[in-house]
Amino acid sequence: MKYFPHTAEDIQQMLDVVGVKSLDELYAEVPEELKLHRELHLPEGKSEIEVRQIIGELAEQNKRLVPFAGAGAYDHYTPSVIPYLAARSEFSTSYTPYQAEISQGTLQYIFEYQTMMADLTGMDLSNASMYDGATATAEAMMMCVAAAKKRNRVLVSATFNPAVLAVVRTYAHFHGVDLVEVPAKDGQTDRAALSALLAEDNVAGVLVCQPNYFGIVEDFTGLADECHAHKALLAINSVASTLGVLRTPGEWGADIAMGDAQSLGLPLSYGGPYIGYLCVKNALVRKMPGRLVGETVDADGKRAFVLTMQAREQHIRREKATSNICTAQGIMCLYVAIYLSLMGPEGLREVNDNSYAAAHLLHRLLTESGKFEEAFPGQPFLNEFTLRYKGTDGVDALRKRLAEAGFLAGVKAEGMDDCLILAATEQRTEKEIAQFAKIACS
Amino acid sequence: MAKVIEGLYYSESHEYVKVEGEFGYVGITDYAQEQLGNVVYVDMPEEGDEVEAGAEFGAVESVKAASDLLSPVSGEVVEVNTALEDEPELINQDAFANWIIKVKLSDPSELESLMDAAAYREATK
Amino acid sequence: MNRTVYSPLIFELSKAGRKGYSLPASPCAEYKASQLPAHLLRSQAPSRLPEADELTVVRHYTNMSGNNFGVDTGFYPLGSCTMKYNPKINEELAALPGFTAVHPAQDAAYAQGALKLYDEVQRTLAEVAGLSRFTLNPYAGAHGELTGLMVIRTYHLQRGDTKRTKIIVPDSAHGTNPASAAVCGLKIVEVKSTPDGTVDVEDLKPLLGDDIAGMMMTNPNTLGIFERQIPEIARLVHECGGLMYYDGANLNPMLGVCRPGDMGFDVMHINLHKTFSTPHGGGGPGSGPVGVREGLEDYLPNPQVCFNEETKQYELRHNPKALGSVSPHLGNYGILVRAYAYLLTLGKDGIPMAGKLSVLNANYIKECLKDYYELPIDGLCKHEFVFDGLKAKYGGAHSDASHITTLQVAKRLLDYGFHAPTIYFPLLFHESMMIEPTETESKETLDAFIEVMKKIAQEALEQPELLQNAPHSTPVRRLDDVKAVKDAKFSF
Repeated sequence: MKYFPHTAEDIQQMLDVVGVKSLDELYAEVPEELKLHRELHLPEGKSEIEVRQIIGELAEQNKRLVPFAGAGAYDHYTPSVIPYLAARSEFSTSYTPYQAEISQGTLQYIFEYQTMMADLTGMDLSNASMYDGATATAEAMMMCVAAAKKRNRVLVSATFNPAVLAVVRTYAHFHGVDLVEVPAKDGQTDRAALSALLAEDNVAGVLVCQPNYFGIVEDFTGLADECHAHKALLAINSVASTLGVLRTPGEWGADIAMGDAQSLGLPLSYGGPYIGYLCVKNALVRKMPGRLVGETVDADGKRAFVLTMQAREQHIRREKATSNICTAQGIMCLYVAIYLSLMGPEGLREVNDNSYAAAHLLHRLLTESGKFEEAFPGQPFLNEFTLRYKGTDGVDALRKRLAEAGFLAGVKAEGMDDCLILAATEQRTEKEIAQFAKIACS
Repeated sequence: MAKVIEGLYYSESHEYVKVEGEFGYVGITDYAQEQLGNVVYVDMPEEGDEVEAGAEFGAVESVKAASDLLSPVSGEVVEVNTALEDEPELINQDAFANWIIKVKLSDPSELESLMDAAAYREATK
Repeated sequence: MNRTVYSPLIFELSKAGRKGYSLPASPCAEYKASQLPAHLLRSQAPSRLPEADELTVVRHYTNMSGNNFGVDTGFYPLGSCTMKYNPKINEELAALPGFTAVHPAQDAAYAQGALKLYDEVQRTLAEVAGLSRFTLNPYAGAHGELTGLMVIRTYHLQRGDTKRTKIIVPDSAHGTNPASAAVCGLKIVEVKSTPDGTVDVEDLKPLLGDDIAGMMMTNPNTLGIFERQIPEIARLVHECGGLMYYDGANLNPMLGVCRPGDMGFDVMHINLHKTFSTPHGGGGPGSGPVGVREGLEDYLPNPQVCFNEETKQYELRHNPKALGSVSPHLGNYGILVRAYAYLLTLGKDGIPMAGKLSVLNANYIKECLKDYYELPIDGLCKHEFVFDGLKAKYGGAHSDASHITTLQVAKRLLDYGFHAPTIYFPLLFHESMMIEPTETESKETLDAFIEVMKKIAQEALEQPELLQNAPHSTPVRRLDDVKAVKDAKFSF
């Protein structure tokens, strides 16, 4: 076995030192009736060549569709530099950087990541990542309740992606949070309904998202002031890449900014690993879940970085910790840091411009055909939008037809069976868009 | 050897109360600050909050530990020591001079169940 | 590793006007994001993002990587963390475009290979764990722990039993156990340990009642000791109506020898980044599959992966009995590919051998060092063991304020090119030093480590200042933790 260095002689010498006769005798204290006493019902170990064949075949059984879908996962380009650098084993085979002296690499890139995310969201600080956008939203909800101390009601807009809402609802159910859904109106958060709920003065926090499930860029003017007037926190979930151009949670006056940063150079990977981000105003730092990297100096006065504010965390505070999260998405922070280093502010703007252009071109071709109409007429969108399909064969048949032609035709809007949510990124070419539109409208 | 001051009341969880009239000043003992090391943050309640004997009212944090604050007495918080917000290390400098909250005692008889200086000195030996 | 720290941050290498990307022309240049209503746009570009050319970025992160220690650099005797070797074929296969380019919204019909892999991993884990079914959706160990507790609560709630709001946790448990329980809305009841570090069954008995949802344990426990009373503990907890939860952090030594399901556990999580060789990544991404015994499968989180016997196709199912969802899709899918490659490589003989060799390695170090370091609990350990600091004749008595501490020993180890053990955990001892070598380390590496540990003991006796001021040769040394909190600075 290539991963075990022990020769028969090594094993014998070591057993002698330990004072037992066989490897099995190392388990002498384990009651016999608990032992397995049989082989595992698994195949024989395989050679590298065989493993490559088996898994390679499975990879080939997944059809390569050109994505015109978003719903939280966007097909932005991953520059070659990223997987190349992130694969360096000094990064990937290291442990959580508790021993700061020999972990400056990890701590430095997390510090860079934190700086970039704080800048992108317009907030004071970022933590060292959450698992994904959905769990980051659930953590934001729990933070609102923890910060409010005596309130446990949180409002959540119905314009969230239902898959994200399902996660938030699950956490709320078990954590004892009174999660109340604010209905959608014309594809946006119903502000009148939200105001009425806030007026009850028992709300700890409000969760909204941007762009929302339908791709609409919502207008949060006045929302933060209204929340704060009723002593509620405002938490805005954004698709990270869009913050290169969209008004930031900080500018909207949010207390918490969270979401998924998959859109910053992470591959689609059938849903993960992605990376959740969570950024806050300074006042909330001690309520924050997860790791935080801070700057300090070493014994020689050199700048250095450490995990800090650890008294919030599970290994010290146990059941009083701000969250149970330990490990989050480490290497994916590195992906984001390298992506934003390469792109810079200008590259990010270009990505958004090109994605905007691809989506608007597709939108135009589809609606002009008469086969599609806007589900929410006139609403502003960036690179994702919702259309009603007027074809008699229905959305399922349409998606299947496009899949056979090699395209992933968005997602079916939940609760709106004749609607399709489509997205495009800078990776979609004019030719792909034209071909997609042609098949969709045929 | 940690300092213990005569005339104060002490709890098993290392808080003290200094009583002045109907008010009690609550803080952590010198022994507690020694155990914690460098205090970097004190989580305090707000003025007007009610605290209850034996119940948590905040926490003190050092770099690698955090300890809940349990109130030795019940009553209303009439003042919090805001100096600790910016200079939590005052607790390390003099834990007894730097109380954390001032409580209007609702049940002075609770003091009887606390330790006096001699008993506390014995308990932390 | 770098001898001197590579210290610049990318922001310090930035120069206005440089760029490290190239993009095709817009598919339709007449459209630009700036056409959105002005009040929906950010007022200025993100000003702190760097501007750098490609080589600058490549050199920056390459040099930065040299500031790190990793399994590929050296030995990690880190207790409870199972820092075993991360095979390279795993990385290559996980990077196949057939996995990385698949959008999660792609219908199951077009992702049959991906779903089959998921199902193969879950079935393999079920056989290894002695349980019925696994979900691979949780993102990490702690997330799996939370999911497992949600399974337990759902089981009780769907039987209409709403009183069970407490969970029993040993006082020696890792902090994540109580933290996960708290997030799950459970109250923690601590059960004491006996002097030999195992659960005190007599202390457990009075805690049991109709308000107990279950009990969380690891076996072997955090001291590396097998809890022999486990059948009795499981019987007691089951009798009172609770379920047994197995924290898979210490699964490695039991592989193929004694399975959690056979010990009486109902629900468990596994850390793929410990037991099944996926890289720790300096803190993620991990994966925390959760397994359950027969009868609890429906409660596992949505989406659930099922094989439809009629159509012979894998499907994604939303089960109305499920606890809800803990992730929108199938968790950290890319990590599952790595774990599958490892499981295939080891197979039915390699998996048990991994466990046995990890136990051999741990016992070997323990026996070689127990004359130098205080071994509070003698006897066979499993994958790890705990020393309570140096023996008094080398490091001084613990009661002596000037004794050589575990922290000092740990920092001195860094000078010798080894990672430190897990220190000051478990809390049962003042100077805990928890050592877990894993099975992938050779006798030569262990011998080198043992020699260094002996040398450090000698230094403690003869040149204590060497330890008191350690480390000496790391790129940075003795960082100011207090400043990091007091003058908190989280961004450039």
